[in-house]
Amino acid sequence: MSRLSIITLNQAQTTVESLYKDLERRIVASPPGLCPVDMAASFLKLCHAQTCGKCVPCRVGLGQLEKLLEDVLDGNATLETIDLIEKTARGISVSADCAIGFQAARMVLEGVQGFRDDYEEHILRGRCTCELSQPVPCVALCPAGVDIPGYVALVSEGRYADAVRLIRKDNPMPLVCGLICEHPCEARCRRNMVDFPVNIRGLKRFAVDHAGEVPVPAPQDDTGKTVAVIGGGPGGLSAAYYLSLMGHKVTIYEQRKKLGGMLRYGIPNYRLPRKSLDAEIETMLSNGVEVKTEVSVGQDMSIIDLRNQYDAVYIAIGAHTDKKIGIEGEDAGNVISAVEMLRKIGDDEMPDFTGKRVLVIGGGNVAMDVARSSVRLGAETVGIVYRRRRVDMTALKEEVDGAAEEGCQVLELQAPVRIEKDEDGNAAALWVKPQLISRVQGGRPKPVDAEEPEKRIPCDLVIVAIGQGIESKSFEKYGIPVKRGVIDALSWSGIKDIPGVFAGGDCVTGPATVIRAIAAGKVAAANIDEYLGYHHVIQSDVEIPAARLADRPACGRVNMEERDAAERVKDFDLVECGMTCEEARQESSRCLRCDHFGYGVFKGGRVDRW
Amino acid sequence: MVKLTIDGKLIEVQEGTTILEAAAQAGIPVPSLCYLKDINDIGACRVCVVELQGMQRLISACNNVAEEGMVIFTNSPKVRETRRVNVELILSQHDCRCATCVRSGNCTLQKIANDLGIIDLPYHEDISHSKWTAGFPLVRNYEKCIKCMRCVQICDKVQGLNIWDVAGTGSRTTVDVSRNRRIEEADCALCGQCITHCPVGALRERDDTDRVFEALADPEKITVVQIAPAVRAAWGESLGLSREFATVNRLVSALRKMGFDYIFDTDFSADLTIMEEGSEFLERLEEIKSTGLPMFTSCCPGWVRFIKSQYPDMVRQLSTAKSPQQMFGAMTKSYYADLLGVDPEKIYSISVMPCLAKKEECALPTMNSAGAGQDVDVVLTTREIDRMIRAEHIRADLLEEEQFDMPLGVSSGAGVIFGATGGVMEAALRSAYYLVTGKNPDPDAFKSVRGLGGWKEAEFDLAGQKIRVAVASGLGNTRKLMEAIRSGKSSYDFVEIMACPGGCAGGGGQPIHDGEELAGIRGQNLYGLDKVNSLRFSHENPSVQNCYKNYLQKPLSHRAHELLHTDHFGWKMPEEQ
Repeated sequence: MSRLSIITLNQAQTTVESLYKDLERRIVASPPGLCPVDMAASFLKLCHAQTCGKCVPCRVGLGQLEKLLEDVLDGNATLETIDLIEKTARGISVSADCAIGFQAARMVLEGVQGFRDDYEEHILRGRCTCELSQPVPCVALCPAGVDIPGYVALVSEGRYADAVRLIRKDNPMPLVCGLICEHPCEARCRRNMVDFPVNIRGLKRFAVDHAGEVPVPAPQDDTGKTVAVIGGGPGGLSAAYYLSLMGHKVTIYEQRKKLGGMLRYGIPNYRLPRKSLDAEIETMLSNGVEVKTEVSVGQDMSIIDLRNQYDAVYIAIGAHTDKKIGIEGEDAGNVISAVEMLRKIGDDEMPDFTGKRVLVIGGGNVAMDVARSSVRLGAETVGIVYRRRRVDMTALKEEVDGAAEEGCQVLELQAPVRIEKDEDGNAAALWVKPQLISRVQGGRPKPVDAEEPEKRIPCDLVIVAIGQGIESKSFEKYGIPVKRGVIDALSWSGIKDIPGVFAGGDCVTGPATVIRAIAAGKVAAANIDEYLGYHHVIQSDVEIPAARLADRPACGRVNMEERDAAERVKDFDLVECGMTCEEARQESSRCLRCDHFGYGVFKGGRVDRW
Repeated sequence: MVKLTIDGKLIEVQEGTTILEAAAQAGIPVPSLCYLKDINDIGACRVCVVELQGMQRLISACNNVAEEGMVIFTNSPKVRETRRVNVELILSQHDCRCATCVRSGNCTLQKIANDLGIIDLPYHEDISHSKWTAGFPLVRNYEKCIKCMRCVQICDKVQGLNIWDVAGTGSRTTVDVSRNRRIEEADCALCGQCITHCPVGALRERDDTDRVFEALADPEKITVVQIAPAVRAAWGESLGLSREFATVNRLVSALRKMGFDYIFDTDFSADLTIMEEGSEFLERLEEIKSTGLPMFTSCCPGWVRFIKSQYPDMVRQLSTAKSPQQMFGAMTKSYYADLLGVDPEKIYSISVMPCLAKKEECALPTMNSAGAGQDVDVVLTTREIDRMIRAEHIRADLLEEEQFDMPLGVSSGAGVIFGATGGVMEAALRSAYYLVTGKNPDPDAFKSVRGLGGWKEAEFDLAGQKIRVAVASGLGNTRKLMEAIRSGKSSYDFVEIMACPGGCAGGGGQPIHDGEELAGIRGQNLYGLDKVNSLRFSHENPSVQNCYKNYLQKPLSHRAHELLHTDHFGWKMPEEQ
């Protein structure tokens, strides 16, 4: 008999372990709109299976709670049952001996308080307030509702130009989105249940890269109506594209030298090459959109003038004013904002950071953009200073990893306190207070001051990248409603009590993503068209391939490769490499075609037109 | 063409043919349950699964297309086992007390389960219970619903009213009234198309046969029954009679055996409708021409419910004429009570209709013009009258032909064709022509409005005046037509609408044949009856002429208005309230 032995998992345990992995992926791919009571009851069943059986509240209580929830679902409950559920859950949450019990009860308690309405609907009317309204997860999660299974199938058949045409029905910027879309579509891809989400963005890029030149559809008959679009960013451009397709005469007013908005003045060339951006914009405007650059509505002319001059106006001014951190020394000479720096680069004014020690403050995508640009501009060192942990950064993980690979140093858990100036009034160092990651608040762990003393980080340049604001004042003074710093537009882009004026994108939502801006432009175009008295239909004549009948065995996801870090830091050229034909073929065949299989074939599998 | 092998048989089919259709063409009927061609091909029940060589998972035959070189097995061990499991699973959530089911013997699930020889169920019974609104003319039985989604699809795709939807989530997913409404809160037209397309007994009409049996047994009650035009084209179907044999006169005989005191023909009041509606049309023609808005027919209560809920601004365009059923009811308890010399309160007025909405129509607060309670006391569907014939153990195959009672049993061919889409329009034009010119047209002069097209248009010359007419059936088609009228894209003088595709012949109260649409063949039957009728014009019906001479004076007279016309604003649809 040995005193100690090495523990190995037996067959059953290995199977359970793999079940846990399945479970994790399955939850990730959970369809939107499930019944919260049903989910709580089902989750409770799992929790109850985990109980060790020692303490009463967990061993017995979780089971009783589950039965009570079932009663609610089966219409066997009264309103008093809710009180009993609440009382029981409270008892378990304060008396179960370990987290298996108390955490499960806490989940129920939060639920019964959070969606009491739904409990009551079940009890009083035997119905659930939830409905599965949009069954294809990727399409449901794409703000613009792009027909993803459709174009993935087209890629699979090598019909790249058709794929581009199909995408343009809902999103006129496939080239831009193929490179930089944040791909919310991939988040709940049903393929997660099998292995990993389909690389949707990569396939879109592949389609665009291989489609050659794809002309836009011819515009519908001239309506004689005029629309002014304020702001030439992705939202304004998208609205202009669809409105011009519908036969309206569109004029874009852009305050900078060139069109593109944040795509040009926010995103560096190595993520979105200017040449590509220019090509896409040129295609979008090829139906004849008038463009007036370097005109600032609000300064050079008022919104009132525009409203009088045009049949409708769309405000899509974005969010491009910088935000201050509000610390001592922020006014030092070499403290610049990310917005300012990227704007210059957008107009091809490349600063020289050779030999400089650069500190970037912030943890979002813009912070990564300026950090990685700084490396390319010759900085000797680049540090990214962030209050929370690296994992808490709001930037895409691949952006953070990319920055790190390129030599940027992530200084996590460091809160900027003040900027130390030298005798010339320039920043000499950033003082930071080390942080301790602490209690979770609003679902996110909050940092608090650690006991360690403040630290001094010497530097030659500080770049502040902590978010952008909206230049709403010049609109507010002409009666456009502004709420909490953003334009107060309705869900259909209209503005209450101001007929003919519409607004959307970052200036309404606050800084968001390109695909959100595009979607807002699309919504605005549809509603402006209605406002002008038309109901033009936007559709695509591309025939979508029938779903392939084949088993879909588990298969790895093709990720995008990037140029070698040591090479790519020397230039501003595109970092990401496209898929090979072989990769695209395999990746596109991983799509489960939720438009055909499952609920998709019944309801909402495809929106052919809008 | 595409070549494939099914169960070892090499066959060739058109491109785009589904595997199910391809197999059927090869003489291999793959069982299917939820599938309804062009309407519900969603692969929900998984009964039609087949094995595709080279693939582990089975595929549904109903919604996958035959491809070149496919090798399909419709009955491999894997398919056989899986199909059986799936049917057993469906049965585990279905109230299988077939003995008390209205669809017993005409149930697709029952047939499939029987065919597969399923005798013992290996699963726990797991039947959901929910309460339906008692007394509503449309009855949904949650215990029998198999969630095939056909009702949802028919209402969405064909009728465009979206009354049904998927409700609940997860394992409790079911079908219920959409947007969490109860049925009495919804704007259901009561067309009954969901019922005639349900493969099981989850949807049916409210059964009123007990009330009729009670009336028949009551010596104090004088039972007067009317038979609608379209009933005669369908009543024999579920009794195993041939179309040639199942004449309306044999139905008269069956009803007489049951003990109905007076048996009349709704075709009589259809002729009356033509007199009133035709005259109204001519009276309103000037207004119609000046506003550019048509007059709509008003005989279909499903359509009246539809226009009231969907196009309330157009309700005033409806003809004020009552439907033939209600005209008949009003005349029964006034004119006919006078003729019999009885107190109208003693008359129990029954109608046999191909329709569900009629059950609601007779109970409207405005439908009591004769002053003796409801003008029509109870409405039976064709299916219910068939059930009564069976309950009375009448040998339908031995029935002799018997005549309607007089005088309300006389009718013209114009009245008969009310039961087919376009029929009301054609009948009205025949008499309108006479009313304007004093001469009869060729009775077939207006036949271009016949046929199963969902939205038909025609233009006729009425004594030098162009009359533009349109005929639509099915509420989805109706919505398109209404939108075209509203937007000014289409303009007509006279429009006939029937809620059910193909008109009353395809009505929601007619016998059910899963997977078959019989409105066309039943309509043909009615046109045949018109052709052989010696009377082709409503205004030549001698009973109608007498009725005007002795009682109503003339169309649109004060008394005609009181008895035969109605106020469509006198009641409200649920969502108007």
